[in-house]
Amino acid sequence: MAKYIVKRILFGIATAFIVATLTFFIMNLVPGGPFLSEKAVTPAAQEALEAKYGLDKPLFQQYLTYMGDLVHGDLGDSLKKRGFTVNRIIETKFPVSAKLGGIAMLVAFFLGVPLGCIAAYKRSKLVDNIIIVFSTAGIAIPSFLSSTLLMYIFSTKLGLLPSLGLSEPKSYIMPVIALALYPTCYIARLMRSSMLDVIGQDYMRTARAKGVSTFLMIFKHALRNAILPVVTYMGPLLASLMTGSFIIEKIFTIPGLGHEFVGAITSRDYPLIMGTTIFLATFIIIMNVVVDILYAFIDPRIKLK
Amino acid sequence: MMEEKKKNILSMQLNVDDFVPASPDEKESLVVMRESVNFWQDGFRRLRRNKIAMTALVVVIIMLILAFIVPLFYPYGYEQQIKGAERLAPMQYSETELEAIANGESVFPHILGTDQNGRDYCIRVLVGARVSMTVGIVASALILLIGATIGAIAGFFGGMVDMIIMRIVDILYTVPDVLIIILLAQALQYPLQSLAQVPGFSWITAMGPNMMSMFVVFALLYWVGMARIVRGQIMVLKQNEYVTAAKALGATNGRVIKKHLITNCIGTLIVTTTLQIPSSIFTESFLSFLGIGVQAPMPSLGSLASAALNGLQTYPEKLFAPAVMIFIIILSFNLLGDGLRDAFDPKMK
Repeated sequence: MAKYIVKRILFGIATAFIVATLTFFIMNLVPGGPFLSEKAVTPAAQEALEAKYGLDKPLFQQYLTYMGDLVHGDLGDSLKKRGFTVNRIIETKFPVSAKLGGIAMLVAFFLGVPLGCIAAYKRSKLVDNIIIVFSTAGIAIPSFLSSTLLMYIFSTKLGLLPSLGLSEPKSYIMPVIALALYPTCYIARLMRSSMLDVIGQDYMRTARAKGVSTFLMIFKHALRNAILPVVTYMGPLLASLMTGSFIIEKIFTIPGLGHEFVGAITSRDYPLIMGTTIFLATFIIIMNVVVDILYAFIDPRIKLK
Repeated sequence: MMEEKKKNILSMQLNVDDFVPASPDEKESLVVMRESVNFWQDGFRRLRRNKIAMTALVVVIIMLILAFIVPLFYPYGYEQQIKGAERLAPMQYSETELEAIANGESVFPHILGTDQNGRDYCIRVLVGARVSMTVGIVASALILLIGATIGAIAGFFGGMVDMIIMRIVDILYTVPDVLIIILLAQALQYPLQSLAQVPGFSWITAMGPNMMSMFVVFALLYWVGMARIVRGQIMVLKQNEYVTAAKALGATNGRVIKKHLITNCIGTLIVTTTLQIPSSIFTESFLSFLGIGVQAPMPSLGSLASAALNGLQTYPEKLFAPAVMIFIIILSFNLLGDGLRDAFDPKMK
């Protein structure tokens, strides 16, 4: 077990390193420098700026310097937002995205799992059909459509909810719904099919024969076995919620990390691009490791190796 | 005669009766009652019985006709700017057009109105659907090609080759794809644009460098899922006797993979590719919505929706048209994929 965890962590670090390297070189492929778009920058001033941030050095040397700083946890300074370090930007922006993504994930999990269970238990009944129709439709709606439609109905037409920012608790409602719609439907479908598999097992019949109530049967005996595919999905889900929120943040003008990332790419703010990518990638990698380890706790039959 | 003679049990003499030609009655009993069904017939029979999947198939075909054939006959072009016809409501005519109608000319109505540049919105939505579906289908075909090849190699050869490939797959799996896609899509545009200047590569311009870079990005990142599935299948299939037989007859590895192994997991390949199409369309519209997908003036459903967002208050129908289109396309491909899975790949769930 301990050996496995160590192995997974080492592999995670290697992955993060590869992501950092890839990002660094891909980013430098993008033509145009960070200072080109600025007005009234003389060639001399531009050279001075490039020298200040070390952009005049050969690419490989820049890479070594950056990696050296990275190991010490220093992500450099933002080239566009003068006076802000990338660490500082991430520190202030990430909690916004994380809170939104976290709430959406909880909603998706605690709504999707019961819905899937109910659908499986009421198989081929009306409730099941309703859940199937809605979840199938739900996974065909991209988040940018659900969010714009929500905005149109609840802000523009009805004027019930604020359309911008996250100033009050009420303003979380629409972004969270838009973000959680797809995973909720996906989890419900996943849960339903794996629950149907489990319900057919012999031990379920045994449980019923010894008089276990239906509720206990579904939520104690079956759920624990059927939930494994959902747990596997949680790692990638988190990744997609963290990155999928780019669009939500753009539409609802939420000052999160995704907003910052897209902006950094268009303005060629190299350190900020690197910093956000590496940070998010590491975060996602850690979450994947956690999910893998969690897996073994939920299902003791799985031997980690 | 012969039958009177008592047969010696040790005699090698054969019983002549055993060699009498079969009577018509006996022949009858050997006739196969039902025609043998091959893999495809069996699968299609199951698919035909699935009403939802058949409906989805019909919808997919209608969508393909709308996106690829109707624009050829449509009286307006997607880039054509009609003067004086800016921001028309659905079915509304501009003043010049009304005059023309008054003079007895027939003017094709703007079914969905026009945009702020006087371009017919209906044709833009149709061409947008064409762009989105092209990206979805071509990207899925690329993923199929790359994923199946790499997966087959990893599964067939095993050992060190498999180890290396699977480590790469693991890494690509953990990489946050959207981040890398956005970066790559940006990074590739410019080299492709300069490549388009080179004689012989001018077709890139026709297609749009953005679209090309999107294909490359999809091909580079999304083959991993396909490779994993194919690898798993090949590892099971290669244990079969017919593989040993083919090898004993001197078939090369390449032939065994192509002729015997890939053909045997064709069901999985079809299903995975069909389900890959909607997810590619999803990603394409996502990128176009962020403004880093397909290049203007070429519309895509994502960029149309994104553009409509600004005028949401006054022209909500400009958002609804591409929205409904994306929804129908993704939904019908999803349902068709599910149906194909039940028909051709009953084990995979």
